[in-house]
Amino acid sequence: MSTSAGAEPSSAPNRGWRLRAPAGTLTRSLGLVALAGVIFLAASEGLGSYEDLQLASGAYYFVALAGLTVLTGLSGQISLGHGALMAVGAYTFTLLVGDEHWALIPALAAAVLVSALVGALVGSAATRLRGPYLAGATLALAVGLPALADKYTGTFGGANGLTINPPTPPSWLGQSFPLERWEAWIAGAGALVVVFLMHNLAHGGVGRAFRAVRDDEIASSLCGLHVGRVQTLAFVISAACAGLGGGLLAVVLQLAAPGAFGLGLSLSLLTAIVLGGLGSQLGAIWGAGVLVLLPGWTDSIAHSFSLSTQVSANLPLAIYGLVLIVAMLAWPTGIQGALRRIIAAARRSLVHGGHSDEGIVPSSPGEL
Amino acid sequence: MTGAVALQVDGLSTDYGPVRAVDGVTLSVREGSVTAVLGANGAGKTSLLRTISGLERASAGRAVLYGQDILGIAVEDIVRRGLAHVPEGRGVITELSTEENLRLGGLWRGADGASLEEMYELFPALRERRTQLAGSLSGGERQMLSIGRALLSAPRVLLLDEPSLGLAPIVSAQIMQLIRELATERRLAVLLVEQNARSALSIADRGIVLNVGRVVADDAAAVVAADEGLRQAYLGF
Amino acid sequence: MVRFIDLTLNGISTGAVYAAVALALVMIWRATRIVNFAQGAMLMITTFIASSVIGSTGSYWLGFAVALASGLLLGAIVERVLIRRIEGGPPLNAVIVALGLLILLEAAAGMIWGNTPRSFPPAFSIRGYDVGGTHLLFAPNDTFTVLVVFAVAAGLGLLFRRTRLGLQMRAAALAPEVARLLGVRVGRMFTLGWAFAAFAGSLAGLLVAPSVFVGPNQFDSILIFGFTAAVLGGLDSPAGAIVGGVVLGLVLSYVSGYESASLVTLAALVVLIAVLMIRPGGLFSTTRERRV
Repeated sequence: MSTSAGAEPSSAPNRGWRLRAPAGTLTRSLGLVALAGVIFLAASEGLGSYEDLQLASGAYYFVALAGLTVLTGLSGQISLGHGALMAVGAYTFTLLVGDEHWALIPALAAAVLVSALVGALVGSAATRLRGPYLAGATLALAVGLPALADKYTGTFGGANGLTINPPTPPSWLGQSFPLERWEAWIAGAGALVVVFLMHNLAHGGVGRAFRAVRDDEIASSLCGLHVGRVQTLAFVISAACAGLGGGLLAVVLQLAAPGAFGLGLSLSLLTAIVLGGLGSQLGAIWGAGVLVLLPGWTDSIAHSFSLSTQVSANLPLAIYGLVLIVAMLAWPTGIQGALRRIIAAARRSLVHGGHSDEGIVPSSPGEL
Repeated sequence: MTGAVALQVDGLSTDYGPVRAVDGVTLSVREGSVTAVLGANGAGKTSLLRTISGLERASAGRAVLYGQDILGIAVEDIVRRGLAHVPEGRGVITELSTEENLRLGGLWRGADGASLEEMYELFPALRERRTQLAGSLSGGERQMLSIGRALLSAPRVLLLDEPSLGLAPIVSAQIMQLIRELATERRLAVLLVEQNARSALSIADRGIVLNVGRVVADDAAAVVAADEGLRQAYLGF
Repeated sequence: MVRFIDLTLNGISTGAVYAAVALALVMIWRATRIVNFAQGAMLMITTFIASSVIGSTGSYWLGFAVALASGLLLGAIVERVLIRRIEGGPPLNAVIVALGLLILLEAAAGMIWGNTPRSFPPAFSIRGYDVGGTHLLFAPNDTFTVLVVFAVAAGLGLLFRRTRLGLQMRAAALAPEVARLLGVRVGRMFTLGWAFAAFAGSLAGLLVAPSVFVGPNQFDSILIFGFTAAVLGGLDSPAGAIVGGVVLGLVLSYVSGYESASLVTLAALVVLIAVLMIRPGGLFSTTRERRV
């Protein structure tokens, strides 16, 4: 089994069927994490507290998106309920930290666990559902779960939600270490863990299993893959990521309230991964960036055109809607797909002098 | 017996991706005659019909119906110009009743009850089953239904794709005879695609043999039927 | 006992509304094999339009008529402009486009009319009937709701079963290629199908608006209930949509009455999962396995 360790840049298209020695993927993902970590640290040092907060938001969105894009892109299952799963993580975290005074990391771990459990429940029900049926069921979850907060106001704090105290930076960082940067670091750490895990997953056996089942259930079950278990696993993993994202959100905002986790969030998450490119980890970064920065951009646009708040408040969502529609009609592979095509076209013109060698097999959206 | 050219096809080609299913086919179909298109599976016969009726897009060539170009025109509009296509597998809509299937054929031209009656005269078996779901009809009955349905649009050109498929020999012979009569009595120009070459040539005026999308023979039916080499190479008898 | 009667009658009345939404979803599914997740948002827009008309002219029935007419128009436009391009493609694309439309319409509504939910007048009195000595919650408005939904359903049924247009629409839905070969303008039939579906949806919006209030997000639940009802009856079955709607209406009414109103959406989710696990084709399933 030969390896091409280090020969390919990490942004090359993933020819998922080629065998890679685990060592190659591991080193590469560690390298990725190290690189990302350095960039993140440097960025956080250079930015002011508001931008640090945005960086933190980007990190926790990325965490949730990384899982969702694996579910939808690699495993081919659509979920409109991941906003609700983030809520599960956020509420678990705030309940444990607020009422039970748990420490940060155990509480986050618990958030991940609980969300994974819910994901397992949803996932096992979802294995028998396809396409629109799955979308409808997860849609019901997205709208229905936050209503629990209204029903059990005692535990969940009703519409106002639950608040916790902000995390305090450790003393060895100095007295004047900004809170926002500490929050960004926490969220960033979570994101790096997810980068590592998802990269290994996507390029390893599990990722291949996901793609195999996605592309042809009958063929893959004939190869010995248990279709239901593989699909449930995808759900569990994506739910765990959503739960971690929700927990990190609670760390940064110190609040878990039903209004933040409504249908709008689930649909925004979906838009972000479609925009970034289904199945692409790098695309999850683009998507997270859009989610964090778009409201600010639209606010500025609204300001310069003197648009009313009624218009500007709804502008981000209007843009998400347009993006989803346009993307599906014209641009199904998202930003990452477009980049991939540009790179591939550039490569072709260098190697073959402009002649396209593309065979009959179409490129499918859903690979890194 | 042979009338004016109703359908003229020149250099027609159809591609499915990199595969050329129809390759430069030229043929004419005259009023009152039956032209049989023969050849092995995959020879391009069905693709040819589908391109003429507009279901598939041609990549090259022309198709002219009574002097009017029909390539690139929508299927529904080609039908309105007098061309009817009975597709492979008959295309009977099983969830609708026999009568509903029949009526569908004449709806676009507002065919009245008299035309419907005429079809029942032609196909008494269908009258018995008029309210039954078309899914309950036998193969032969479905074939009659699909032909009757096509006739209700009062076509001048009739494309038939493998009408004898799956039918018992006796029934198949009856259908072939029917097709012959329709062509003669109604002055229809019939383009008949058939796997069963012998049966088709027995009622046809002209025989065209396709191989890998290309015309390898185009002659009077009797001539084609008598050609040993052709028969063995492409027609299997 | 009276409570049970109240809940049952309420279930039938709300069920009629779910049935109308379910009918819309079923019609679109049968024609174009797409689940119109934007149905709730579409009927939200037409209800807003009605609200504006009522507000400026003072006439309920004018607003009612305009809502229905704009429903027809909206359905036709959405199919022609948007859906036409994704028909026959991968199902995931259709789902995402529908969701995109949902988001876009809700945001647009927020921009035009604001995000604060506003009240909407009922067609008739909402003061319950007095039967014998008992005062019921079921009111003339509820009678109207049930009657008009069933009338529309019956009307659509007649249209499909007895008219030439209906035959062409059914043929276009069942076998589009064959239908084209028979001269049926399949594209136009799909557009009409969406128009009629949106008509039914608009009706549901008008009927439910008094209780849920009119706002960009107020009709999300009705989409879910309509979808659940449609799945319950069988996505291919218009009759199933009606039955499914009423059954779901009853179930949710009992849940709301005996448990809590906030659990209603989760209850619908449970029903949905239960149906999909036990009898995926729905109550009125044909022998075919559920296919997407």
